[in-house]
Amino acid sequence: MKDELAILLDRLDAMGITRRGFMGRAAAFGVATALGTTAMGGAAFAQEPKRGGILKMGLYGGETTDTLDPGLADSPVPFSINRQWGDTVVNVTADGQIEPALAESYSVSDDGKVWTFAIRQGVKFHDGSDMTAEDVAATFRRHSDENSKSGALGIMQGIASIEVDGQNVVLTMDTGNADLPYLLSDYHLLIQPGGGVDNPTAAIGTGPYKVVSAEPGVRYVFERNADDWNQDRGYYDGVEIIVINDSTARTAALQSGQVHMINRIDPKVAKLLSRAPGVNVTNVSGRGHYVFIMHTNTAPFDNKDLRNALKWAINRQELVDKILDGFGGVGNDIPINAAYPLFDDSLEQREYNPEKAAALYKSSGHDGSPIELLVADGAFPGAVDAAQLFQQTAQAAGIPLEVKRVPDDGYWSDVWNVKPFCASYWGGRPVQDQMYSTAYLSTADWNDTKFNNPEFDALLLEARAETDTAKRKEIYSKMAQILWEEGGLICPMFNDFIDAHGDAIAGWQEDPNYEMMGGWASQKTWFA
Amino acid sequence: MHPILKLVAQRVSLGLVLLLAASALIFIGVELLPGDVAQSILGQSATETSLRNLREELGLNEPALTRYFNWLFAALQGDLGTALTNGQSISKAVGERLGNTLFLAFWAAIISVPLAIILGLIAVRYRNRWPDKLISGITLSTISLPEFVAGYLLMYLLTVQFRVFSPISTIYAGMSLGEKLSAIALPVMVLVLVVLAHMMRMTRAAILNVMQSAYIETAELKGLRPFVIIARHAFPNAVAPVVNVVMLNLAYLVVGVVVVEVVFVYPGMGQYLVDHVTKRDLPVVQACGLIFAAVYIGLNIMADVISILANPRLRHPK
Repeated sequence: MKDELAILLDRLDAMGITRRGFMGRAAAFGVATALGTTAMGGAAFAQEPKRGGILKMGLYGGETTDTLDPGLADSPVPFSINRQWGDTVVNVTADGQIEPALAESYSVSDDGKVWTFAIRQGVKFHDGSDMTAEDVAATFRRHSDENSKSGALGIMQGIASIEVDGQNVVLTMDTGNADLPYLLSDYHLLIQPGGGVDNPTAAIGTGPYKVVSAEPGVRYVFERNADDWNQDRGYYDGVEIIVINDSTARTAALQSGQVHMINRIDPKVAKLLSRAPGVNVTNVSGRGHYVFIMHTNTAPFDNKDLRNALKWAINRQELVDKILDGFGGVGNDIPINAAYPLFDDSLEQREYNPEKAAALYKSSGHDGSPIELLVADGAFPGAVDAAQLFQQTAQAAGIPLEVKRVPDDGYWSDVWNVKPFCASYWGGRPVQDQMYSTAYLSTADWNDTKFNNPEFDALLLEARAETDTAKRKEIYSKMAQILWEEGGLICPMFNDFIDAHGDAIAGWQEDPNYEMMGGWASQKTWFA
Repeated sequence: MHPILKLVAQRVSLGLVLLLAASALIFIGVELLPGDVAQSILGQSATETSLRNLREELGLNEPALTRYFNWLFAALQGDLGTALTNGQSISKAVGERLGNTLFLAFWAAIISVPLAIILGLIAVRYRNRWPDKLISGITLSTISLPEFVAGYLLMYLLTVQFRVFSPISTIYAGMSLGEKLSAIALPVMVLVLVVLAHMMRMTRAAILNVMQSAYIETAELKGLRPFVIIARHAFPNAVAPVVNVVMLNLAYLVVGVVVVEVVFVYPGMGQYLVDHVTKRDLPVVQACGLIFAAVYIGLNIMADVISILANPRLRHPK
């Protein structure tokens, strides 16, 4: 533990890591925060929020094809837009707890099947109408409709019935699901008048900012919602989101003071940028991870020894150092890390072991023909370089790995989830159940390793209905063990979210849920 | 009918035929793109039923030829359809984008064309002496620089080091002309640097070609000042090749500046087109392709007509 602290302090000095980034890490290692604070001089950072000013954000990840329908949001800018004008029933806090939003409270039956959400009264939509339990139910129905294109459809499918009971919304599940509130915090599930059925793109919600103008892929303007039901947020008079997909332009915009905060700092320039005057670079380890995925049902990857040979043939630390420039953590061939609740750290960490890889490769009986890994620049930042490093370490173990570079265009429709071995990334999910259900349950649409293990599936469903957290943790560690041994996932690294903001901004906090303080930056910060 | 009018009419009708051919090519090209349209719209959530419904809705079950003519007739009536991805009217969205693109191209052209020609004239006047070498050296180095490098350099110098301009060129309704011009200053500079050399070199070469002629010698013997000879006697006879190059560069300013648009976050046609190609939004791709083809063909017709007007032998055929 002491070594970890020493390393952290070194990093603190070496690269100007932010205090909060440090605190988060220190806490993650279980270091008493008092100790950490003393080490840094114990500066106080509690301040009283101030109102006023127009916040300008320069964000990566918007296109002219984006819409305002919250169900169709699938990239950083639409995600941020949703955060401005809408609310979900509950939110996930920075430390992974559930916090009430449009639902004041909730209760659950003993078997975890019937959930009752008490909807907050007296909340008004931006158009002046009252937000009612009916609106909440209608929203849930819209996103759970079988023909819906909503990004939340997958997580809503387990809901058998949606009923309104006075001020309550009652959800009945097919099977018990102890994580339902986490699922309902999904950013697609913004409560809209009438569920947004008639006009899904109206962008009328209950959020702290109202949409003034929206130009997809260019610029969005918001003004403060003076009648906001929650006065402890939304301190700016207005928010302007400018889409800046080019990384250099984004940092220049921040440095020249044209915008106050930006997302997605390239790890390669993060250290450099942190030395620029008036710029604060923040990083937080999240749940996002970069992966190489093998289809466990397709030759030669249907051979467990070959899969494990490849898993032992990758140098995870080297990838973290060279691809992420240290802004991240090593993965362990499961999609879960310490950022998840109920994570069990006792699983053996896979290291680079060419001898073991060579032995496993030999026992797999592979014919020695090239094993093709498909990769595009867009799979994740630095994907092509990462694949080439992988190729070299694999070749040292005698595995004939071959990197085939393909264009970004069409990668997510024609390569990912289609070809048997390719590079990809996952943004992570708030809880283990959702991550596993999305991509490792044998029946999941996005089961991109074609993982089919009946025991794993059964454990997943068992854990979902289990309300005793100690037992759940035990089940999850069993599942991790199975996936680690049997799965088609090679997970070399978890990437940090790296954002930056100017000196004018106060109140920045670390939130591992997503970039830009989990998307809350415009609501929870203010001008100093 | 006046021979010039007849000629223009001929060119325009030829241009229309070309445009038709281009539209067919665009349609075929888009058809050849890999990936099923309905599949790429629905993504992973696609089920058999929803795919069938969507194909029906988009009329994808009809033969390609029928779809082409349906699209063509609608386009001829000014209806470019709606974007598949966000359901917005293409005519409206393209209208705004095209306006922005033309705004940027206009200011880049207003500066670069006269500047290139004047620099070309100066280069000829002092040919093979230091002003000529300096002009050629500078313009050739700026054209050799990739646009985004020039963009980043200017951005670093003029926004980060010296905060003169804004690095983001987003323009929107409600900005005054002055604000807009200040916003687009950097992309205009980059575009000027990129197109300057081509036009300048062509002006220089074309005039030097004419400078060998006997009538220039006569003008010199008359005792005219060198610059007057170049500007009044040599340049008019060198207009045809210069105009062609100018038009080519103008066309580039309209259709080829997607990199500059991305670097400076300018809401023009290029970014709009690229975004929709990646999403396989066919109606938008077709509409943009058609507009770009029309711009190219239109500017080329103009170049032809101006070259003819500039040449007395073609202007007054026997």
